[in-house]
Amino acid sequence: MNLLAVERIKLFSTRSPWWCALITLALAIGFAAIIAGATPADSPLTMPATLYGGTKFGVAVIMVLAALAVTTEYRFNTIRTTFQAVPHRSPALIAKAVLVALVALVIGEIAAFGALGLGMLMRPNDGLGLHTTQDWLNVAGLGPVFAICAVLAVALGILVRHSAGAIALLLIYNLAVEDLVQLIPKIGAHIHQWLPFNVANKFLSGSPGAVDGPPSSDSPLSPGWALAYFAGVAIVFLLVALGVAKKRDA
Amino acid sequence: MIEAISLTKRYGKTLAVNNLSFSVAAGQVTGFLGPNGAGKSTTMRMILGLDNPTGGQVTIGGKKYHDLKEPLRTVGALLDAKWVHPNRSARAHLQWMAKSNRIPTTRVDEVLDTVGLTSVAGKRAGGFSLGMSQRLGIAAALLGDPEVLLFDEPVNGLDPEGILWIRKFMHRLAEEGRTVFVSSHLLSEMALTASNLVVIGRGQLISQSSTEDFVSRAAENTVKVRSPQLAELRDALQRASAGVTGDDKALVVSGMDSDKIGEIAAANRIVLHELSPQTGSLEQAFMQITGDSVEYHTGLDAEAQHVLESAK
Repeated sequence: MNLLAVERIKLFSTRSPWWCALITLALAIGFAAIIAGATPADSPLTMPATLYGGTKFGVAVIMVLAALAVTTEYRFNTIRTTFQAVPHRSPALIAKAVLVALVALVIGEIAAFGALGLGMLMRPNDGLGLHTTQDWLNVAGLGPVFAICAVLAVALGILVRHSAGAIALLLIYNLAVEDLVQLIPKIGAHIHQWLPFNVANKFLSGSPGAVDGPPSSDSPLSPGWALAYFAGVAIVFLLVALGVAKKRDA
Repeated sequence: MIEAISLTKRYGKTLAVNNLSFSVAAGQVTGFLGPNGAGKSTTMRMILGLDNPTGGQVTIGGKKYHDLKEPLRTVGALLDAKWVHPNRSARAHLQWMAKSNRIPTTRVDEVLDTVGLTSVAGKRAGGFSLGMSQRLGIAAALLGDPEVLLFDEPVNGLDPEGILWIRKFMHRLAEEGRTVFVSSHLLSEMALTASNLVVIGRGQLISQSSTEDFVSRAAENTVKVRSPQLAELRDALQRASAGVTGDDKALVVSGMDSDKIGEIAAANRIVLHELSPQTGSLEQAFMQITGDSVEYHTGLDAEAQHVLESAK
């Protein structure tokens, strides 16, 4: 608990996390407003469409926040002070991952419910709301996905150590690589089924069928298992990062 | 208090620290002296468990740094004053450090007051001058009220006022009975602050002794002699196999003490106007001892000589 408090002080005593949080909320809720306004009156506003800004772009900004939480420590060498204070490095780094994940969770929930609320306000007659389990998963699920993305980004930040490098890798992977893998002949589609962000999308958007909004995931997992798989990938990454950080000279 | 046993650190092909053994006595200021690139900072990082030694080990009060519980309460260190997030306030920087070792928050204001930063505690550390950053670093080192303090080149780049402040501060810490291990590449600075010296060059131990011993052993003692019969005196001394240099006003005699020179002069009925032992400067002593082990020799001296000669 003590180390969580340490990381809390560190995170909130600089400005970039506040900016990232604000930008995430603005993207998620702003996109909901744009899509609600732009959807023709005769076609109802769907849940995935309402949440598109959060699932597509909010995630990216959250990962920037999480990666920066680590890489700035390397950039300004406060990681050395951290390891001086906590010579067993893993607890310090785990505390950081947990804290950033909690912050991402909270931002994700605010973003998702904010977007939904705005969508319902702007299109009161489209039947938008928390009617089914899938609706709940769509909305409340954004927080956990943000949290797991944050853990992944922290792990990558520990491995790469440079802000620009870590962010570039995360964004390029998230926005392009998974989609491009599908272009590989024969095996591409099979690999794509198991790529983490695609699987995370399965948890969020559920079974195919949505007309508008993001394309549904082709992952064969059930939403529950999809979330577990995504979390597993993040934890494996974090464990590798911890192992490397332990051996490496700070 | 700090004990290094055949500490070795290799970065690829470079041997930064080579089989280094030394000990730092409790309750004293020990200087860690060596030219730039001698391996002082690497050794300091190994003491703090930041870098893993390739071989050997270093302990603090018999324990490895990793085995210290709440280490900031035992060892305080200032390795680099710029190891602070520039957008974080001085107080927030100390607060997270305090929290990590369960040090009460009131202590943060105490140390800020000790180093005289209370008025700027809420300001961004990135806007601090080097002197202020150094003070913040010292505040961080003092946070856990530790017995052992490590400082890496604390006066580097400071203005005279800052240097004086640090120097006084070291003395105060030693008077409080703390163990202080401070590195520097300036022997003159160390002579003012340290009572013991660990001297290294190219990652290897050159000597460990009291500062006094080091200086007297290092500085070649010479005697300056003036006499109206200089030529005769020179011959007499050279016959007695002393090293003699100097001009037509005075001789500088090495390898012989003033007593012996006086006796030789008396035996040869030579009048002396001056017979004064000279102690070499500290920098000379240091250069002499570490001369062979400077990692980055510059061609600057030779170049300067060349320019001077061609100007004639």
